[in-house]
Amino acid sequence: MPDFLLEIGLEEIPARMILAAQQELATRVEMLLREARLLEDSALIRSYSTPRRLAVRVTDVITLQPDIEEEMVGPSWKIAWQQESFSPAAAAFARKAGVSVSQLRKVITPKGEYVGATVLRKGESAQAILMAGLTSCIGGLYWPKNMYWRAGKPERFVRPVRWLVALLDEEVIPFSFAGYTAANLSYGHRILHGPEAVTLANASAYEDRLKSAFVLVSPEERRHGIRKALDRVTRTVGGARWREDEELVETVVHLTEWPTVLLGTFETEYLSLPQEVLVTVMRDHQKYFALEDSNGELFPHFLTVLNTEVDAEGQSIIRHGNERVLRSRFKDAQFFWNADQKSMLTERVEMLRNVTFQKDLGSYHWKTEQNLTIAETVSKILADRGKVFDKSALLQAVLLAKTDLTAELVKEFTELQGIVGGLYARTQGLGETVAQAIYSQYMPASMEDAIPMTIEAQILGLVDRIQTIASMFSIGNIPSGSRDPFALRRAGNAIIRILAESQMPLRLEELIAAAGQAQDHVAPFLRERLSFYLRETRQFSYDVIAAVLATGDGDIPDICARCEALTTVRGSANFMAVAAAYKRIRNILDQAKESGMDWSSEEKALLREPEEIALTEAVSRLSAESDVLRQKRAYQQALESIAGIAPEVDAFFTKIMVMTTERPLRAARLQLIETLLSSISGIADFSEIVIA
Amino acid sequence: MSGQLTNPLTFQELLFRLQTFWASRGCVLQQPYDVEVGAGTMAPETFLRVLGPRRYRVGYAQPSRRPADGRYGENPNRLFKHTQFQLIMKPPPADIQELYLESLTAIGIDLRRHDLKFEEDNWESPTLGAWGIGWQVMLDGLEITQFTYFQQCGGIDLDPITAEITYGLERIAAFLQDVESIYDIVWMRDPVTGAEVRYGDIRLEEELQFSVYNFEYADVSHLWEHLRLYETECQSLIDGARVLENSKDRMKIGRYPLLAAFDLCLKCSHLFNLLDARGAISVTERVGVIARIRALAVGVARAYTNQQTAAGKE
Repeated sequence: MPDFLLEIGLEEIPARMILAAQQELATRVEMLLREARLLEDSALIRSYSTPRRLAVRVTDVITLQPDIEEEMVGPSWKIAWQQESFSPAAAAFARKAGVSVSQLRKVITPKGEYVGATVLRKGESAQAILMAGLTSCIGGLYWPKNMYWRAGKPERFVRPVRWLVALLDEEVIPFSFAGYTAANLSYGHRILHGPEAVTLANASAYEDRLKSAFVLVSPEERRHGIRKALDRVTRTVGGARWREDEELVETVVHLTEWPTVLLGTFETEYLSLPQEVLVTVMRDHQKYFALEDSNGELFPHFLTVLNTEVDAEGQSIIRHGNERVLRSRFKDAQFFWNADQKSMLTERVEMLRNVTFQKDLGSYHWKTEQNLTIAETVSKILADRGKVFDKSALLQAVLLAKTDLTAELVKEFTELQGIVGGLYARTQGLGETVAQAIYSQYMPASMEDAIPMTIEAQILGLVDRIQTIASMFSIGNIPSGSRDPFALRRAGNAIIRILAESQMPLRLEELIAAAGQAQDHVAPFLRERLSFYLRETRQFSYDVIAAVLATGDGDIPDICARCEALTTVRGSANFMAVAAAYKRIRNILDQAKESGMDWSSEEKALLREPEEIALTEAVSRLSAESDVLRQKRAYQQALESIAGIAPEVDAFFTKIMVMTTERPLRAARLQLIETLLSSISGIADFSEIVIA
Repeated sequence: MSGQLTNPLTFQELLFRLQTFWASRGCVLQQPYDVEVGAGTMAPETFLRVLGPRRYRVGYAQPSRRPADGRYGENPNRLFKHTQFQLIMKPPPADIQELYLESLTAIGIDLRRHDLKFEEDNWESPTLGAWGIGWQVMLDGLEITQFTYFQQCGGIDLDPITAEITYGLERIAAFLQDVESIYDIVWMRDPVTGAEVRYGDIRLEEELQFSVYNFEYADVSHLWEHLRLYETECQSLIDGARVLENSKDRMKIGRYPLLAAFDLCLKCSHLFNLLDARGAISVTERVGVIARIRALAVGVARAYTNQQTAAGKE
């Protein structure tokens, strides 16, 4: 069984796009072969990528599709068989099917009798199928950003295509794309191998042949190699480890074809800069790994991943060059840091008048004032509920939170906003609580990021974001579809996360109200963010979320606890029975109400049937019990005790006719089931639960 | 320093080598454009030549003025005016990256002893209505070149596509000569006496005085007034071109001064940069002024394209 190899040679693909494209190409090639029945069960699909290529190799490709027999159905038997022989219509069908008239026969289908034939379909060669299918395999690849490069703009692709390889073992499949026709010529590392083509004798030689041209085509191999090399080089610095950074490893994996690792050094004087600044420069701007000791303190060293392998002299040249760049960047940072100390954060509040928050709303000074008002309101609610926090530190942090936007260091390294403010607050002696709050105000920055550690920072984060959302909504900047230019959904998600994970005694509605005049769209928007959080982060199912959100507006931790309990209990037979009864009771009561019945003042004494009495007792037991459990937020136990009355409920509805014509009795029964309903409500609306 | 060339290129030799290299690859060599521009891309040899179907290859050094980047000659890495070597290939040959690597060898960079990466970096100029796809070329961690495939210019979709290669000459020279400050770059070395003229000898005063002017003296109300005057004149030329569009008179169309209109647009762009450096443009106004200049650039680009077609040049 031959191997198939496809390689697309490109000018350097953006690192962030490579992995997804590699996987998509593999899937597309596999689909092409699988749909054409050209894959043996034993077939293996391997995919590769470097900045300059995407490739797929498939083992055990079937060279020729097996012939298949297919049943064809023609005109109805009545038309095909006339006067004891096949009609001209039947003959026409036979020609179309490629069989002789004598091979026609009657087939019986559910729709009636027809003429039919068994047709032999000759299998096509893998060569032919690949030839026909590869162009669209490549052309259809998704890229986040495309470009044109050829005159007449015949195709868009991520970067210009520079060669194509397609081999079935040693045989070339000469399909074309982007002006190139596939051959058996690939290209090696730009420098280490040079511009000459690399001939691939056959598909299975791909990895080894490219390795001899200084290209490791497997990103796994490069990833492994880079990690090992980082470890090895780090060992030359006593007591050091490289700061783990999966994202950065991924980036350098996709920036290199032949990675090696080099250690560089910077002057210890720069260690006086905060490590956040040093790491940002090294990581975000230079793609260097930081070295640290076991306490996380930085060493004056860095690791850079090269896309080449050089001799000792080359190493010293490259090291020197990288150190030169880093030194000038650190020098800049140090300059900005020192320059920034000339104005205290407290003096910068006024400067915020010149920094626009949003042109139709106002400056960051305006925003700060708004934030302060909201912070006062929220503080009061929390204080009333006995939450302990440092209010004056909080208000100080809110006041100074945005002042670092006027700092040179933040203008240079925008990703350090907040962090720089926090560091300056600490340096300027504003106290650890204030500094922490400013420092971590933008957390969580992503779904994975943690929420801020301190309550003051959490409150600042909530206040700042609700102000942003409410004010943006007030001028019509409401996210819709994929349009969310102010990242308000992310702000909303952060609010939900902080409320859910901080256990702060503050309800979403209260936070929204604190942001000022009622905003019609804000509440639904944040409820949608809440559903999103319950669904995507907490993985609750749709019906559980709907059931819980339909009942009671507890705070978010309470909502989470109820979802949790409902998810655990919902599978039990007893619970399902009660949930089903819940719907039934609601229907009965709705009907009764609609027909104008009144049952408010009836006597329980009228109830005499054993099932009625049993249920009455069960309900009063349950009411007492589940109230206590609900108070304690022991929702799972509460739901279990609700489920526990399933036998009584079941017996009641089996034996008892609620809507009896005897009015007083009917009223008493209605009253009973209404009490039942209210004692099992309050945690969730069970009618939302999908019963399997 | 170990391994660097013992006698690295002077600043002017660096320029010679690049010019010689690209001339030998079939490029026209042009002189710098003599109207202030913020980048080589804004010179008409790029902005106007990339429009329309005609093939073109050109290389030129372009002093690029960015008033806000001025540092009174005190910062070793930042300049008000730096020099770009700008290369345009329309359409780009298939081996353009290899040619670029050869050009690095031509300026004395032994690629076998350096680390070279093409990292994604797309370019966009809102004031020019232009954008492209490409890379920053990193050599030992230093960005030495911006490499862009133009997709749009003056709001017009381009066909054919042009490749633009922009070398930052001061950076490259400081790297080759291994000096910490741009002002220490050897600009020229007397072949007889070996006496050196440094970058600072030639340019420091200019950096200082223009920083002073740009940040302290430039009269804001006059700048706004100049901007308005240049804008009005540019716009009226664009309007005039629109009137001509229905004309059948090729001669009349061909002599219409759109190149002058573009100079006026460049003036506006530079005035905007000066106002920006003076801190005279609030964030709110900024977007609006950019839109005004963009309207001029787009207007000229459109009119120029039509002129080329109508005058039968394309």
